Parts: sequence; structure tokens; C-alpha cells
Amino acid sequence: MSAILESADIDRALKRISHEIIERNQGLDSVVLLGIPTRGAYLASRIAQILMGLGSKVPVGTLDITMHRDDLRLRPPRPLLETLMPAGGIEGKDVVLVDDVLFSGRTIRAALDALGELGRPRTVQLAVLVDRGHRELPIRADYVGKNLPTSAKESVRVQLSEIDEIDCVEIVAAP
Amino acid sequence: MKNQLLSINDLSKDDVLSILSTAAELERITEGPTKKLPTLRGRTVVNLFFEDSTRTRISFETAAKRLSADVINFSAKGSSVSKGESLKDTAQTLQAMGADAVVIRHGSSGAAQRLSDSGWINATVINAGDGTHEHPTQALLDAFTISKRFPERKSDFSGLKVAIVGDILHSRVARSNVLLLTKLGASVTLIAPPTLLPVGVESWPVLVSYDLDEALEEFDVVMMLRIQLERMQNFYFPSEREYSRRYGLNEDRLLRMKQSGIVMHPGPMNRGLEISAASADSSRSVIVNQVGNGVSVRMAVLYLLLGGASLSEVSQ
Repeated sequence: MSAILESADIDRALKRISHEIIERNQGLDSVVLLGIPTRGAYLASRIAQILMGLGSKVPVGTLDITMHRDDLRLRPPRPLLETLMPAGGIEGKDVVLVDDVLFSGRTIRAALDALGELGRPRTVQLAVLVDRGHRELPIRADYVGKNLPTSAKESVRVQLSEIDEIDCVEIVAAP
Repeated sequence: MKNQLLSINDLSKDDVLSILSTAAELERITEGPTKKLPTLRGRTVVNLFFEDSTRTRISFETAAKRLSADVINFSAKGSSVSKGESLKDTAQTLQAMGADAVVIRHGSSGAAQRLSDSGWINATVINAGDGTHEHPTQALLDAFTISKRFPERKSDFSGLKVAIVGDILHSRVARSNVLLLTKLGASVTLIAPPTLLPVGVESWPVLVSYDLDEALEEFDVVMMLRIQLERMQNFYFPSEREYSRRYGLNEDRLLRMKQSGIVMHPGPMNRGLEISAASADSSRSVIVNQVGNGVSVRMAVLYLLLGGASLSEVSQ
């Protein structure tokens, strides 16, 4: 199984996404990053770091969407992950949701529901490291690190050095 | 985790830690602008209370409603039907109404177990206090309260010294707390007059003392139990005044406690008997916190028991 993206590729993709966020929002004044745990949260803080290197401090938070999932009753109960509101909240802000893989779109639907409970952002945008297709809902990403056509029988594994020791994206056989 | 919560013995240490961390996360979510989550939408929780209760029932009701479950309060007070029959009839009624969970409080030890084992009902059974046996969610909220007050421990209670003082004999809170706190590593000392200690207490994993003043300075947590005046017809102690003098938490004793020590009480309190008003309202007291924490812990229990697929749904 060869890696689709290696560490340097992931860095490049995140840098491009960071610039696209600036371009699209004509600056970063009202931009807020919200990562979806676990790996989306790490990606969000990496993007924030890149933006910091470009001279802007952007508030970062995390958003756990477990309680809003529509497949709760299909699996045993899941542990809850951390929700951290960014400094300044999300009211009236341009919120960029960050996740590792965009697949069915159900996680993002749940995230939009969870977000609606927390406030009313001016806009909500979506950044993902990998878009692997197979959408089940009318949802699309605004910023994509890599479009990765996959078969439904495959699964995309994202590893990030913060918790997995290495940076790597690969396609594996579905469990 | 099992599909029911009848006793602390139903929970592994990992289950307990997962309940405590889930409760902490739920508390943070519900502290925000929204108190309500959609997670248990369409599920029905029945509060089946054969005994009086204020905070436990309201706490379970609040917890279920914050998770968007439908709540039915069933108070069986005044029923003259014999216990076995009434429980069965009631259970079958609830089954017919499609209850997903039954929260039961009953005056007889083992009532929750009976309801769960009987096959009268498919719902998840949660024990909210059965006789003098157990009250698991109270112990969980007590542990949650302690872990919040000692955050550096991260729910590891090893070396933590806890005193449980008062009517151990009749206390389901004490039984559940002994099981739970020792599971988390705490060292528990029961302090009571000999008449208020149960037979066989020497086989429990605890220390026993008859003297509150002996080592009061050593405890990190002092948990006062209610003297259940309705059960005191048998002269367990000479007079309330004498009990209060020897086992009550008054200001003198409060001042002798460790700097970091906390005072707990499951409520309802007899102010002036087992605990003085000044102790109950002091900065050491976490009694009000216990009530608020109860909602978060019960939300966690309801979510973990009902939020996912039930065993039968998974096997389908």
C-alpha cells in the first residue's frame, strides 16, 4: 500500500488551502477555524499555524459532532470528544470547518446542526484534506487538499504525526 | 458496558471513567448557549418512583429532557397492591407504552434487579435507589464531584482518603460509594456508631471507626449521610443531641479539616443534626455542586445506555 500523500504533500496542500482561505475571504479579519475531532482538529491548528506564519492570528476551536450524528442508533455508543469554542465565538464570523476526509457528507451535516446550536455564523465554509467522493447528501467542500477517486470498498486512512507518529494518507481495504 | 445500571458492580473501571469523561464533556456543551441536544429524540424514559424523591427524579427528568427524550413520570405512591404484583403490572403497562428506559426508585432492595431479570419488560433498567441496597447514579455523581474538585488527579483516586459518616446501615448511597470509590483507588473509612453499621461490614474493602474526631485532619473528603429519621424507631442512638455531638459536622470539626478537604452530603440534609448550617454553607461544602453535577452524570448514563444501538439492534 503506497502512500497517496506524504508529509511534504500534506504540508503543501495545507499551505495552498491557507492561501485560498485568505483569497476567498479577502483577508482573515472575521475568519474562525473549527476542526472536527480527532484529526480535523489537528489539521485546523496546522492551518492556523501557517496563517500565523503569514502574519495573521486566527481563532481556532474544535467541534464534536457525536451528539448530532444520524447513525447513533446503528452502532454502540461512542465516546464524546472535545468541543472548544474559539476566542470571540462564532457569531457573525466566517467559520471554516476543517476535517480530514470528506466522504458521505453526513459528518458535515451533523457539524452544521451542531454549529446551528452554538450561534449564527455569517458564512460556513468547508476545508478537507481529502475528498474521496461517494456523497450521500448535497454537500461539497470549498477547499480540498486532494481529490481522491475511490471505490466504496476501499477506505482512506489519514495519519497525522500529532497522534499517529507519521504524516501519511493512504488507501486501504475497507474494514 | 452492560445494557442496564442496577449496581456499581455492573460497571468496569473503564466504564466508570467513560461515564465521568462523558459527563464532563456534556457539562461543557450544556454550559453554552444551548442546553438541549437532539441525541435521544424519539426515545421514551419513564421515571418509575415508588418512593419519594426530589432531586433524583428532577435530575433524571432534566437529564432526559436535555437529550430530547420523552419523559413520563410515574409516581406509584399510595398503591396498596403487594409489591411483586404491582411491579409486574406496572412493568407490563410500561412495556405496552413502549418505554425505552425505566428509571426505578423502590423501597425494597433488589426491586430494580427484579424488574430487569423478570422478562416483563425490554427497556433498559436504571436503578435510582432500591431499599438499603444501592444508588449507583448518586455514587457516580459523587465521584464526578470529587474528580472536579481534585482535577490534578484525572479521576485516579489512589491515596485519596474519604470518610463516610453516619447511618451506613440504611444507606444505599454508602454502599454504592464504597464500591465505586474503592474501584477508583480511594481509601474509604466508614465512621458511625456500632448500631448504625451493617452486619458483615468487616468484609467490605474499607476501614471502620466509631470516632469522628480520631483522624478528621486526614480526610480529603468527608461525606455526611442523612439520619433517616423515619427509620429511627429502633433506638440506634440515645438522642439526636447526643448523635449530633458525637457524629455531627459542626464548625469546630470543620475547622480541623485539611485545607483542601471538602464536605459532601447526598441530601436531603437535616441541618443541625448530622451537619450544622454553617458547615453545609461553608466554602468547603460542595453539596450544591453535587446537585448540578447529578444532571451531567445522568445525561452521560442515559446517553451511554440509550444513545447507541441496543444489543438487539446491533445483532440485526
